[in-house]
Amino acid sequence: MSANNDTFFKTIIVAVALCLVCSILVSGTAISLKEQQKANASLDKKKNILVAANMYQKDIDISEAFKNFERRFVDLETGKFVEVTNPESFDQRQMAKDPDNSIAIEKDEAKINRRSKVASIYLVKDADKVKTIILPIHGSGLFSTLYGFVALEADKQTVVGLKFYEHGETPGLGGEVDNLKWLASWPGKKLLDANGKLALSLVKGGASKDTEIDALSGATMTTDGINNMLSYWLGEDGFGPFLARLDVDKGEA
Amino acid sequence: MTTATLDAKEIKSVITSPIADNNPIALQILGVCSALAVTGKVETALVMSVALTVVCAFSNLLISVIRSQIPSSIRIIVQMTIIASLVIMVDQILKAFVYETAKQMAVYVGLIITNCIVMGRAEAYAMKNGPVMSFFDGVGNGLGYSAILVAVAVVRELFGSGSILGFTILSPINDGGWYPTNGLLLLPPSAFFIIGFIIWALRTWKPAQVEETN
Repeated sequence: MSANNDTFFKTIIVAVALCLVCSILVSGTAISLKEQQKANASLDKKKNILVAANMYQKDIDISEAFKNFERRFVDLETGKFVEVTNPESFDQRQMAKDPDNSIAIEKDEAKINRRSKVASIYLVKDADKVKTIILPIHGSGLFSTLYGFVALEADKQTVVGLKFYEHGETPGLGGEVDNLKWLASWPGKKLLDANGKLALSLVKGGASKDTEIDALSGATMTTDGINNMLSYWLGEDGFGPFLARLDVDKGEA
Repeated sequence: MTTATLDAKEIKSVITSPIADNNPIALQILGVCSALAVTGKVETALVMSVALTVVCAFSNLLISVIRSQIPSSIRIIVQMTIIASLVIMVDQILKAFVYETAKQMAVYVGLIITNCIVMGRAEAYAMKNGPVMSFFDGVGNGLGYSAILVAVAVVRELFGSGSILGFTILSPINDGGWYPTNGLLLLPPSAFFIIGFIIWALRTWKPAQVEETN
């Protein structure tokens, strides 16, 4: 290294040139791969929705199978279907950060602070009749926010399936939310107990009722998180009003 | 060594010596943080190993190419900028081509930027040696890191989840089998113990690595 590298101008020139070259490389890579990444992310989400709806099999054409799914938007407060201006780019997570499109949650069971006023849901229909209702849910676990879908039958109270598509829980403990065997214990469970109260929850020591699912062993915080988000999203602040309004025969709300 | 000497023996030595004789994790105790984080599964460990080896090799190469132009007052920042750019590119490529695995690695790919091995080799080797040798030095250190990472991941996945690369070997009780999985091995701190045992084994095999007691 020669000493003249350390002059003021040389330092500035090296710094500026390096920043230019690096930024061109980084942005070039990011832009050229963006479409591919978006396609991956959307395919992954579709796959998880299919899993939640219990319609996923290995080697099926995900995009093809997803054609049966109708995406609708729900105003959570009234429970009515609404139209959004740009459905393709609707992002519920972005909405939750925007003060105009979200509300602060008063009784924040799921520990998510704010939620979007409008939620994006999916329906699987047979002609006009709704067969499956797929609702997005999310909430805090131990280390991360878990994002997933819960699918219900047309009676609005029997679970078809559940799947988280994004979380950062400990592999092998909280991360067992991805365990296929555990996920397979969800179908057929009921949301409401005999008194009509929302009762679907994870319990320790073995599920005995049809509103109970085995908790994840060694993952108390993740289990609590899932209970809280079920209670929030399926309750009055979440999709409660929508589920009450939804006319499954006409597919209207 | 100021002039680039490119004999095959020298290249072989910079590639192989970091694997057992001068291992970045086991002897220099660098880059342990990510060795704890991504070794719960062999698959993530492998992807992380490849990512780190690529970043380390190319950051060494690029830094070595421009080493005579770098003002010493900003040399660390220059190295960081190059390393960070490479890491972001690797991260983008992983997200585009191995999405599922990239999702599991989450922030850890980004954290290669702060991996002491990459910085250490840039500062200690690439700033003083020619581009080709620096490149191979990066490859060698990447391989040394990879060897430990994969070894730790094999132990953790096999005894923690009962599988290797997702294939069930010891059928775990959770899935109706007989093997009671070891929960400790699934948690990052368990890698400390395993790395400790590896260092012990390595220093028993090569007593020259044992530090002198004061």
